[in-house]
Amino acid sequence: MTTYTLNVNGKTQTVDVDGAMPLLWVLRDKLDLKGTKFGCGVAMCGACTVHLDGEVARACVTPVSSVGAKRVTTIEAIGETKTGQAVQKAWLDVDVMQCGYCQAGQVMAATALINKNPKPNDKDIDMAMQGNACRCGTYVRIREAIKTAAGVDIKDTREV
Amino acid sequence: MADGNITINTSRRFFLLAAGSGLVLAGCVTPSDTTDGAPAIAAEAAKPAAPVVDMNTFVAISPDGTIRIIAKNPEIGQGIKTMLPMLIAEELDADWSRIVIEQADADAKYTDRAFGGGQIAGGSFATPQHWVPQRQIGAAARAMLIQAAAARLAKPVEEFTTEPSMVVHAASNTKIAYGDLVNDAAKLTPPDPASLKMKDPKDYRLIGKPMRNWDSPKIVRGEPIFGIDVKVDGMKYAFFQKCPVFGGKVVSANVDEIKALPGIVDAFVVKQAGASIPTKMGLLDGVAIVADDWWTAKEAGKKLKITWDEGVSKDESSAQYDARSAELAKATPQQSLSKTGDAAAALKSAAKTVEASYVYPFLVHAPMEPMNCTAHARADGTVEVWAPTQRPDMGANGAFGLIQSALGVPKEKITIHMIRCGGGFGRRLDNDYAVEAAAISKQAGGIPVKLIWTREQDTQHDPYRPGGYHNFKAGLDANGNMVALTNHFITFGRPNDAGVMAILASANSPPQEFPANYVPNHAYDQSMMMGGMPTGPLRAPTSNAVCFAYQSFIDEVAHAAGKDPLAFRQELLAMPAPGGAARAGMNPQRMADVLRLVGERSNWASRTSLPKGTGMGVAFYFSHQGYFAQVAKVKVEQNGSWRVLKVWSVGDVGSTIINPINAHNQVQGSIVDGISELYQKITFDKGRTVQSNFQDMPLLRMDYAPQIDSHFHITSGSPTGLGEPALPPVLPAVTNALYAATGKRIRTLPVGQTDLRWT
Repeated sequence: MTTYTLNVNGKTQTVDVDGAMPLLWVLRDKLDLKGTKFGCGVAMCGACTVHLDGEVARACVTPVSSVGAKRVTTIEAIGETKTGQAVQKAWLDVDVMQCGYCQAGQVMAATALINKNPKPNDKDIDMAMQGNACRCGTYVRIREAIKTAAGVDIKDTREV
Repeated sequence: MADGNITINTSRRFFLLAAGSGLVLAGCVTPSDTTDGAPAIAAEAAKPAAPVVDMNTFVAISPDGTIRIIAKNPEIGQGIKTMLPMLIAEELDADWSRIVIEQADADAKYTDRAFGGGQIAGGSFATPQHWVPQRQIGAAARAMLIQAAAARLAKPVEEFTTEPSMVVHAASNTKIAYGDLVNDAAKLTPPDPASLKMKDPKDYRLIGKPMRNWDSPKIVRGEPIFGIDVKVDGMKYAFFQKCPVFGGKVVSANVDEIKALPGIVDAFVVKQAGASIPTKMGLLDGVAIVADDWWTAKEAGKKLKITWDEGVSKDESSAQYDARSAELAKATPQQSLSKTGDAAAALKSAAKTVEASYVYPFLVHAPMEPMNCTAHARADGTVEVWAPTQRPDMGANGAFGLIQSALGVPKEKITIHMIRCGGGFGRRLDNDYAVEAAAISKQAGGIPVKLIWTREQDTQHDPYRPGGYHNFKAGLDANGNMVALTNHFITFGRPNDAGVMAILASANSPPQEFPANYVPNHAYDQSMMMGGMPTGPLRAPTSNAVCFAYQSFIDEVAHAAGKDPLAFRQELLAMPAPGGAARAGMNPQRMADVLRLVGERSNWASRTSLPKGTGMGVAFYFSHQGYFAQVAKVKVEQNGSWRVLKVWSVGDVGSTIINPINAHNQVQGSIVDGISELYQKITFDKGRTVQSNFQDMPLLRMDYAPQIDSHFHITSGSPTGLGEPALPPVLPAVTNALYAATGKRIRTLPVGQTDLRWT
């Protein structure tokens, strides 16, 4: 057991855990932040997507010992950012959700995309979002919600 | 919607509610909530200022005007938690902005037939079963509120109408809020449901309007609303390792070594218990590890050394099944499923015959939220369970049934909280994970325990969609009409408790499968081979499998007849029933209509001018009382890589699309789900599942999800469900399109087994 001091959602948090413990389980079981989801444990589904210093990270394969001083942002706080707020609102306006389990990760990935690329096109969306699986198949709406949040034309421009 | 065109205005899709109540409820975000500076998402629902007064089992009204409605069925992403309360609220004529929806626990008090029946998410039954009863619940409460107002004003009830959450007496220009009436109204005798007059559909304020799913705001905020998020005081976390061969037994395990590891609370062998569950989805042998956090329990699992008695199915493999199927296909079928006319003779005299075999694999459900359950088996003999389940009750496989049987507790000592499921797809109709959590809690000394499965365990211990083999022969007459069809279907069974070979769950092929009793002669036969794996219903069970086989073979026969595959299907639908044959289920005219419409919407006629490598395919299917016809357009690169560009879907589910925004979401999701299945397979070797996680059990991703045109054709009759019927036809629509694009017929799934390269 080692003591780690983390910056989570702007707050300093101290946890006493095995350094190999993934950030996902530190967030969920130690800090009681349950919004970040467990889907696969091997970075194949994106349900556990968080931001480390604004960059997309899969918390299920991020050992807590590797986080260091990086700012951890989770779904619980993404609405405090301008982009995150716009993405959440778009998700509601389009009503993307079915079961909703993957959507925290989708919102986090979409927010990171728009932060880097304020006017993403369909190809940008494909690239940025293909690591986030939705078993319910809400991709049509995720695409539309991202464009809605970014304020670009929602028309799907891919080849038909 | 009367014209059947449900157009969603994408810029402002919500049924925006009249502002002015001042009460901000989660799920009722209006544009005014999101103006500059205001929080984008409403805060947690405001609590009613005064206690609510029960009007009936489902409706309670607070004097402050808040209306609480109970959502009785499990929510798995199908939108039922929003839809059933919409039905009540419509006939109650409630102000939706003042509604609070509460999820019911699993409780017999909600399951009366008069309320719509059992608490289950399955079979797309909820819409047809609740359409009348849930509206009657709302109408009854409304009638009582009117009666209370009439008494107060000393006027006849006939003079009263309602506006949202208000009883109106127009003659005296009086409006009384429901909240002001509830204390009087709740004392009245509820009216006979049969005496209630329901609204004229033209007066609907909620039904037919796009209503956002109730929990959506909580989801985008990351609130802990799923089973895996449950937290109970004093709770520990559990990992449970079962035998990789289904139903194998623990001979020995190094539990003492595990117990000595840091952070481990307990470790022990759990023995199979309870009634014999033919599907093997009850409490089975395994080793449980309980720890202070789940990751520590799971990591300790890596150090487990278990000796298993793997049992009778330890040598089974997919290769063996394929070989056995080929043998059975050559042998005389074990049984006849259905027969009309003389198919053998008709084949012999046919102008042309077509013969082909279709094969589909086993599939896993793989909802995004891995199996989990929190349980507390207390020393006083009570058991409390927080279960993300599709079926808390109803049958031996329900959570109640399994826990009663395995733990030996009477039903009245069990409490089951139904927690939102991160996907279901039929997986959570089985409750193995729930009885495991209860058994582990009990054996750990009565501490509350949250059991979580790994994705690998989820993939390797599923009630799989059974694979199957269809061996077809068709005969065409000189005019290209199908005059005979035979199918020798090879499937899986195993001996039941009486030692009789019984077909596995969801491993059947319907005896009346189209075009039985449309073609003049047909013979459907079946043979079974031994299969040791658990199986169960996957979204659109049976249909998701046999639709691919039949609608692909029909396509193949259409091409052999030199006919347009869509027109050929219309000819089949128009055929008279052979003399004396009774058709079941599908109304051919309704199917012909959606088929015609999807041809129009997809510009089917344009397909002949597409370049090589691009193609369109069509299929239809009737399941769960829903009629769906779909056209897929695909593009295949010369290197064989392919993707679906667009799918057009036309569905007929009756007179009313209750919540269109969710209805279209179900169709879109079904289409993506069906395409995903074209990439997936589960195989077995040495009696165990080969695949383990999303690297070998792929889910369709954003970049491969097609554009979708979803349309509902409105007809008469009570509305029917949408969780399933849009899925089956997309598989053959796509594979038929791949044939049109490349000339290569996909007869085996997944598609990747066929080389699609072309020059």
